[in-house]
Amino acid sequence: MSQMQERLPAAPLQRGAKARKSRRQGVGAMWLFVLPAAAVYLFVVLWPTLQGMALSFTDWDGLSAVKNFVGFDNFALIFADPESFAATWRTILIAVVITVVQNVFGLLLALGVNSRIKSKYALRVALFAPVVIIPVATAYTWRFILAPTGPLNDVLSALGVQNPPDYLGDSQLAIWAVCLVMIWQYSGYSMVIFLAGLQGVPEEIIEASYLDGAGPVRRFWSIIRPELAPALTINLMLSIIGGLRIFDQVWALTNGGPGNSTMTISTQLYQAAFRFGEFGYRAALAVILTLMVAVISGIQYLALRRQNGN
Amino acid sequence: MHNKYTWRTGILEVVMIVVAILFVIPLYLLVNVALRTSNDPASVLALPTQITFDNFARAWVDGNLGNALVNSGIVAVVSTVLIILFSAFAAYPLARSMRRLSKFAYYGFLAGLLLPFQLALIPLYLTMRDIGLLGTVWSLVLFYVGSQMPFSIFLYAGFLRRVPIEYEEAASVDGAGPVGTFWRVVFPLLRPITGTVAILNLINIWNDFFTPLLYLSGSGQQTVPVALYSFFGQYSTEWNIVFAGLLISVAPVLLLYFLLQRTVIQGFASGLKG
Repeated sequence: MSQMQERLPAAPLQRGAKARKSRRQGVGAMWLFVLPAAAVYLFVVLWPTLQGMALSFTDWDGLSAVKNFVGFDNFALIFADPESFAATWRTILIAVVITVVQNVFGLLLALGVNSRIKSKYALRVALFAPVVIIPVATAYTWRFILAPTGPLNDVLSALGVQNPPDYLGDSQLAIWAVCLVMIWQYSGYSMVIFLAGLQGVPEEIIEASYLDGAGPVRRFWSIIRPELAPALTINLMLSIIGGLRIFDQVWALTNGGPGNSTMTISTQLYQAAFRFGEFGYRAALAVILTLMVAVISGIQYLALRRQNGN
Repeated sequence: MHNKYTWRTGILEVVMIVVAILFVIPLYLLVNVALRTSNDPASVLALPTQITFDNFARAWVDGNLGNALVNSGIVAVVSTVLIILFSAFAAYPLARSMRRLSKFAYYGFLAGLLLPFQLALIPLYLTMRDIGLLGTVWSLVLFYVGSQMPFSIFLYAGFLRRVPIEYEEAASVDGAGPVGTFWRVVFPLLRPITGTVAILNLINIWNDFFTPLLYLSGSGQQTVPVALYSFFGQYSTEWNIVFAGLLISVAPVLLLYFLLQRTVIQGFASGLKG
């Protein structure tokens, strides 16, 4: 972001009361400027979201004119249904695993490419590349790699491992394969956000730490780590929310299987989308996802504000 | 003194290069498998014995990729242009006006950042059906323009707050109205952030799978990720053809990425995703 500031134009010298007055009038007229954005935002985001919340308290089947208020029945059904309950916990597990591993790995990569090594610019480009690839394409590539007779097991066999596992066909392993693919795709994303944070650490302070004889670990913990707090907050938020919303990679890797061992909230939502008669239930699932995401975003927002206030 | 390249730096360099090589192996495999014949005796980790482009031709025709690329291109470009226009126009008064209403509207838009699109998608599905857009690419354009507003406005407003107001005042003195001032004076100043907004939206929209899967289902219309999904359903055992299809599909975005690395990485590093 600091680079953006440098590209800002310098202010011209012209000022005056007349200009200020006309600007104030202009601002009033400019409410028309907000209109297109507000209209489409209300139509596509706010109104349907409110509708969805309202529907989650009804037994509407999606077709008939009958809509009865049923209170929290749909939510009770979700928690009573072992499949939905398991999918909800599984989604949280995936989000937590991805968040921890991706951020640790992303931070290590960022420290690596922020060092004096000569290949750092090329490495940044290579490590970030998976982020921009269509997630469905990523998933199919990994489906090939993780296949029972795929290249990974070829290598393992060559190393003498007998009966290497069928990662995506094993209901215990499949969820870890999903996490692996997510981490592979988005570690580069965490890396560039940490990198932006690292580049904000003042050079003089680092210089001083060398003069004081601090080692690399000490230097990281006492000098760099505090400066990274905002980057860490953003990274945590992105990876938790990304994990909670996970759909593409799961659907293309496993279709929720084997069994239902990789079903998440979003894959359940998608499945339910083609079963009419469950509109209220489906909306309640989406409300649970929304609440989880909103609470985490809210916490992160407050944390960021506090950090920026310091 | 710490800028010297020591033996420790050398070890770090080797470690990082090895990690990066492991990291890009899937991409290497993608290209390598797409370029070989299905009966190539060489290991998939080794280079192909003979390079062939037949897989691309078959993937293109059988996967109906041409059609999907056109659809994805239309959706991504039209949506992004509208997003840029709407969000830049909206961010201008939101960033400049100090009134309470303006602040309220700004936070109203930002609230959209907290809402995952899954909840809105379901009721919106019915609305799209009722207004006859379901199954057309225009349902996607409408959805993306609305759902990408919050973060685009956030980026524009943040940038605008750091643009000196004196430019607009000078234009007002010269007798320009608000639209003229915005269009001829302010919008050109926003070019750096417009680039970021454009790239992030193009990539997000190109890659999105859930929305077209839901809104185009059963229509015969496909975007690239949906085409890949149904293509894989038919050819899941013919990896050479599948990978050729994947490569064709990711090529436009990868090309954009390699041409504009700095801008793309900086855009993502701003910490927002649609």
